[in-house]
Amino acid sequence: MSSLSRDDVAKLAGLARIEMTEAELVELSSQFGMILDAVARVQEMDLSGVKATSHPQPLENIARPDVVQPSLSPEDALSGAPAQEESRFRVPQILGEAE
Amino acid sequence: MINKTAAEMADSLAKGETSSVELTQAHLDRVAAVDGQVKAFLHVDSEGALAQAKEVDARRAKGEKLSPIAGIPLALKDVLAQKGVPTTAGSKILQGWLPPYDSTVVSKLKSAGVVIMGKTNMDEFAMGSSTENSGYGPTFNPWDLTRTPGGSSGGSAAAVASFESPLAIGSDTGGSIRQPAALTGIVGVRPTYGAVSRFGLIAYSSSLDQAGPFGRTVLDTALLHEVMAGHDPKDATSINAPVPAVVAAAKSGDVKGMKIGVIKQLQGEGYQKGVQTRFDESLQVLADLGAEIVEVDCPSFEYALAAYYLIAPSECSSNLARFDAMRYGLRTGDVDGASAEAVMSATRNAGFGREVKRRIILGTYALSSGYYDAYYGSAQKIRTLIIQDYAKAFAQAEVLVSPTAPTTAYKIGEKVDDPMAMYLGDVATIPVNLAGICGMSLPAGLADEDNLPVGFQIMAPAMQDQRLYQAGAALEAALLSKWGAPILTKAPELKGAK
Amino acid sequence: MALPTYDEVVAKWDPVLGLEVHVELNTNSKMFCSCATEFGAAPNTQTCPVCLALPGALPVVNEKAIESTILIGLALNCKIAPYSRFARKNYFYPDMPKNFQISQYDEPICFDGYVDVEIETEEGPKQFRIEIERVHMEEDTGKSLHVGGATGRIHGADYSLLDYNRAGIPLVEIVTKIVPGTGKYAPEVAKAYVAELRDILRGLKVSDVKMEQGSLRCDANVSLKPIGSDVLGTRSETKNVNSLRSVERAIRGEMIRHAELLNDGKKVKQETRHFQEDTGLTRSGRSKEQAEDYRYFPDPDLVPVTPAAAWIEELRATLPERPSLRRKRLKEEWSVPDKEMAAMINADVLDIVEATVLLGADPTKARTWWLGEISRIANEKELPIAELSITPAHVAELVELVAKGELTDKLARQVVEGVVAGEGTPSEVVAKRGIKVVNDDGALMAAIEKVCAEQAETAEKVRGGHLPAAGALIGAVMKETKGQADAARVRELLLGHLGVN
Repeated sequence: MSSLSRDDVAKLAGLARIEMTEAELVELSSQFGMILDAVARVQEMDLSGVKATSHPQPLENIARPDVVQPSLSPEDALSGAPAQEESRFRVPQILGEAE
Repeated sequence: MINKTAAEMADSLAKGETSSVELTQAHLDRVAAVDGQVKAFLHVDSEGALAQAKEVDARRAKGEKLSPIAGIPLALKDVLAQKGVPTTAGSKILQGWLPPYDSTVVSKLKSAGVVIMGKTNMDEFAMGSSTENSGYGPTFNPWDLTRTPGGSSGGSAAAVASFESPLAIGSDTGGSIRQPAALTGIVGVRPTYGAVSRFGLIAYSSSLDQAGPFGRTVLDTALLHEVMAGHDPKDATSINAPVPAVVAAAKSGDVKGMKIGVIKQLQGEGYQKGVQTRFDESLQVLADLGAEIVEVDCPSFEYALAAYYLIAPSECSSNLARFDAMRYGLRTGDVDGASAEAVMSATRNAGFGREVKRRIILGTYALSSGYYDAYYGSAQKIRTLIIQDYAKAFAQAEVLVSPTAPTTAYKIGEKVDDPMAMYLGDVATIPVNLAGICGMSLPAGLADEDNLPVGFQIMAPAMQDQRLYQAGAALEAALLSKWGAPILTKAPELKGAK
Repeated sequence: MALPTYDEVVAKWDPVLGLEVHVELNTNSKMFCSCATEFGAAPNTQTCPVCLALPGALPVVNEKAIESTILIGLALNCKIAPYSRFARKNYFYPDMPKNFQISQYDEPICFDGYVDVEIETEEGPKQFRIEIERVHMEEDTGKSLHVGGATGRIHGADYSLLDYNRAGIPLVEIVTKIVPGTGKYAPEVAKAYVAELRDILRGLKVSDVKMEQGSLRCDANVSLKPIGSDVLGTRSETKNVNSLRSVERAIRGEMIRHAELLNDGKKVKQETRHFQEDTGLTRSGRSKEQAEDYRYFPDPDLVPVTPAAAWIEELRATLPERPSLRRKRLKEEWSVPDKEMAAMINADVLDIVEATVLLGADPTKARTWWLGEISRIANEKELPIAELSITPAHVAELVELVAKGELTDKLARQVVEGVVAGEGTPSEVVAKRGIKVVNDDGALMAAIEKVCAEQAETAEKVRGGHLPAAGALIGAVMKETKGQADAARVRELLLGHLGVN
């Protein structure tokens, strides 16, 4: 039986940037055993020598010419912004450093 | 007027017996009358729809050459971006968002003169099989308002089944067009992956998602299919090939001499008795029409569900990262001194529903370092085996068939707390998505035990979508003559219906 | 304990380098969408659903970016992968709209290359081979403006403003293998490597390579191990190194900082550090609560890149000569002294001189014109030399006219002035302005006789064998003929006239 502890779920929630309540963490952790058992069936078959398929169609080299097309107007670009200032998206203070 | 097929409506429009404005108004009236009970729509764009209708009427009056379904109303799944019209993907996190651009499907509909009446309800970000995961409440099955219409395109299916719209568009990542079509007694097609542009389709699982048509008949579905499909340079996974001749196939409808493969793994145990009975009967009908029925073996299908519930959550964990309260959509927790990081986390918790969070966490886990090979990597290999099983099966048969869903429509709330039971409902539809091929569900009658619709699934190889319509139209015609009337005439009248 | 001096550091410790260079390509449009890439545009005017990561938008690769990356790989002696893919690097950051960066992970497009660089050492020029691990494609992020707080920096800011014009601009990342064995020359080798890369990229015309605008950025990994040891030390990664000089300073600074810690028996922390242009020091980045797990996986929205071998060979055939090799070759072919060579490179006239030489001009003459008179005019006009209307063909013609004796150097300068003023080719200027060398011996003789009569005393000295005195007479003749005479011919005739050989 696979399982994920409450702390495992908390760590994953951190990676996924979802703040979860204690109750949610506990509930998810309790559901994960069953879900993981079900999905772990992918490991039942002998998959040695089987190629991975990440894409259903065998397409290759799809690219576009290097030609500029009109952008959105800044008004349209910012139309959904929860906050804006000086034609820029305004966001709360950023704690972490950029990559 | 609203009880006609889209093809009949198109005919009336062409002959000048009615106008698109009249037709659209009639459907808007129907929506006003019954959608309070069905709740198929999240947003009804009466003004926009009537304006579009008026424009088509004007173009027709000028003698312009119009598409075969110009002027016909349509219900659009809320997963497709439409410029200036609320688009939420069924999620609170996108409440109030007005896209500044049109999805390619919407552009095609507009240039074909199809009248978009509004946006239909869906499981949040298309994650679910019952529409109960919508951030805006469930949609109800017109056959029995205590039951789900299936999902995730439940709103679109219910709109067509309740005559609110003759046509609708859904999207199918693991069966989200075919399963609700089955549960509401209509026709739904998931086209070949890459046949319909995904540009502007809010992504759930990029390698599985595909938009497709709903109609009450095979021909209606084909008419919409032909308009929405086609190569799009804005989608790098779009196939650059002519659209298969689906309308011609739907009109010819013939299975004489066709080899039809029954997939051993997708029947029997786990399938409701009434579902299996109607499926077997339909097979007999096809055999009577001259088809040759063979059984095919697809052993890896047993692992399809497991592979799907790793691949789709993995891709969604990444696709949904963009909903972060910075550029659009919901922003919560932005109190004095709160950091961007805290606002992102709070918003994603408040804006996403339980199932979405469950899948994001599962996908985050499956992709994380140390687990990737065991989960995501293995799932991608299972995918290869499924493609190989299909290749072998299609060497023996031109189309493959199965029941669309193991059961008829279930009660609202019945499976909502049991994610695994819900996931099992996708067992017969998922292999098509993993292999990127096409599939159709069409009504096979009502199950004896509950008098609810049963879906019959037809599958064809990639870019052989016309085979679905050729076989589907033949079965549909034979069943219609057997029943004497379309299956939807057996659905109960909705209160408030005129 | 006092900060060790650099000499003390390298007497005890052996630095190991690793360099990651990010290059913004100069394509017209972005990596995955058709927005323009112009530097300095008004905020959020070069954005669209794709680079803003609006719901439903999809990326499509820019074919020019693929071509440019392959060219870079080839120029860096890399192998080009017959099959490579894009992968998503998942992490949340407000300057990155999708909250994943489309990059390449275990299947980069170019790999296993090298660059040779040469630096001056006490023992003379010395060559180092920098091995390239990989060259891969990715996309740039947006730019944040931090508002409030004292410094305008991220720390202490009240909020930030985001401009996504830069988001999605094609980036190529060039990663070296670890570079051991540079010893005390580590900072210079690193600087020379980045300079060499810059020259190569400029020669390929795939990037503006302006470090000050961020189109070429360097991250420097440094670790120290005791001299003679095989065990690698813990490395730090310094970001924001945005000039050649900073590359050198950052590495030197990090070597000293590491040595100080290690000398004290402390440990070097594996971390990201930020180079401070003003102090030349690095500061620690804010440490993350937990190690990032980027959850790379193949991007399902994009398909594999499988460049045809024939196309790669076609591209290889278009590669320009390596800048450093070319400089070496030209220096030898033209027998240019070091100082003059450096002057040409600094004045950025190497290409133009070479073009002039290829049109048949004498290398020394060509160089002298471009570095001398023409550079002077350019300075005067405050214009780049390339923007003057004089071309290599003009200069080649000019050199030829002088060689044939049809122009004197002095007259040629007037011609240059005419060409720059847009009066046409040198021949046209000569014709229009009526510039002509006086080579009518009769006219010259008349002038010589006149001058000799006027300056009889000087003429007598020359006649008596005092040759240096002839200069004054020649000058006077030139003046008499308004500079249109060929000085050599004047001298010949004068000396003949005065009976001297």
